Amino acid sequence: MYPSDRRYTKDHEWIVVSGTRGRVGITEYAQKQLGDVVFVESPEVGRNVAQGQVAGTIESVKAVSEIYSPASGTIAAANPGLASKPETVNTDPHGAGWLFEVELSSPSEIDGLLTAEQYAELVK
Amino acid sequence: MNQSSTAELKKTPLYRRHVAHGARMVPFGGWEMPVEYSGIVQEHLAVRTKAGLFDVSHMGQIELAGRDALAAIQRLSTNDASRLAVGQAQLSGLPTPEGTLIDDLLVYRLAGDHYMLVVNAGNIEKDYKWITAQARDSGDVAIVNSSSRYALLAVQGPAALEVAQRLTTVDLAAIPYYWFAHGEVGGIRSMISRTGYTGEDGVEIFIPPASAERLWNLILETGADVGIVPVGLGARDTLRLEAGMRLSGQDFDETTTALEAGLGWIVGWNKPDFIGKAPLERQRAEGLARKLVAFEMTAPGIARHGYKAIAASGEGVVTSGTQTPFLKKAIGLAYLPIAACSAGTDFEIDVRGRRVAARVVPSPFYKRLRS
Repeated sequence: MYPSDRRYTKDHEWIVVSGTRGRVGITEYAQKQLGDVVFVESPEVGRNVAQGQVAGTIESVKAVSEIYSPASGTIAAANPGLASKPETVNTDPHGAGWLFEVELSSPSEIDGLLTAEQYAELVK
Repeated sequence: MNQSSTAELKKTPLYRRHVAHGARMVPFGGWEMPVEYSGIVQEHLAVRTKAGLFDVSHMGQIELAGRDALAAIQRLSTNDASRLAVGQAQLSGLPTPEGTLIDDLLVYRLAGDHYMLVVNAGNIEKDYKWITAQARDSGDVAIVNSSSRYALLAVQGPAALEVAQRLTTVDLAAIPYYWFAHGEVGGIRSMISRTGYTGEDGVEIFIPPASAERLWNLILETGADVGIVPVGLGARDTLRLEAGMRLSGQDFDETTTALEAGLGWIVGWNKPDFIGKAPLERQRAEGLARKLVAFEMTAPGIARHGYKAIAASGEGVVTSGTQTPFLKKAIGLAYLPIAACSAGTDFEIDVRGRRVAARVVPSPFYKRLRS
């Protein structure tokens, strides 16, 4: 259920790192809790974010939820597909439904995040 | 969600069915209710295109009976209940002396001197207290909170009547909109009302709580071939908003009058005095300073309850807002200064610090085609 190629946060985000860049999304558990996603407000590319800081919002039909950045750095990209198909966050949260990418300023932060096993235990 | 408070929440007779369906349960108006089963979008679309089944047993029933029951209802509600024939229902309001609204309600005339008020779940105790206090000197009228005697199922959607008709010999198509009939549905003694809160055709069925599970299962089995699904409060909210229907406590409350809420049509202007009549008449004569209007976002963003609205002529507030599954637009209701209330007026909404463009549009957003 939860891929082991990435790390997770208590706020139900995941981050998968390649090189110095981390790609961020929300977990299967989070998309289920949210329900039908209808709007994603991504962070502006170029903005600096600190670990744990609000980096955007996801709106489902019934509510607004904040997205926290799992790591510090500079926003390098936002998923361009979500503007027209926000429901991708529901259908493929760990893949095509990713939210944004961050150029990591402190890559060691990643080691402090939850492993797939730890996260699976958290949402059990 | 506050898990620790769920122990005190009331449960409808269908609670076990909701859990068995895998519904997400949430606290609502003091009740533990299903917010969604398969997903709000899917449930919403089922009601617009096929049929949906709702558990609305949390709604309250207050009955007034006696020679002076009508006089009491006339005094404490906004609409003119003297126009009701036996077997007919109307939407009405429960006004304060200032003409603002404690709640909205349906008034059913069950028999000559016997009426039933259907009130919102979170307001049952408040409404009952207010009604009994106001009717204290109303003469021959007994007032009973009979909420626990009824379960209430709503079957709504273009195929709703067809599904319900398979379970009863009562001719449902012969019941006019906002009328009701007594009979058996699935062998269960029922009161069948041609009403709803979705903008679709359908019925609401009042039954004894002990029979609720049986009828719930029967309706789902009977309607399986047309694609009926259980529908939670999430889609109930998006459906009613698309249909331009106001929600008590959210779109209007004790700070807003029936006129400001766009509910002048449930005020019986020609009936004798009622609570709040004078201030309402004054407001009607002098004109409104603000009004509840329907709007559509014209730039990306979704307005939510409580967001600030900014018009050229002043500020207002959003009372309901969502992205609607059927029309696929961000829509809502907002109180705006009267100068900004005509359809086509552009204004802005503060969406968490970002100003997003919106436009006043005619209400309702969605109107079904009547056959």
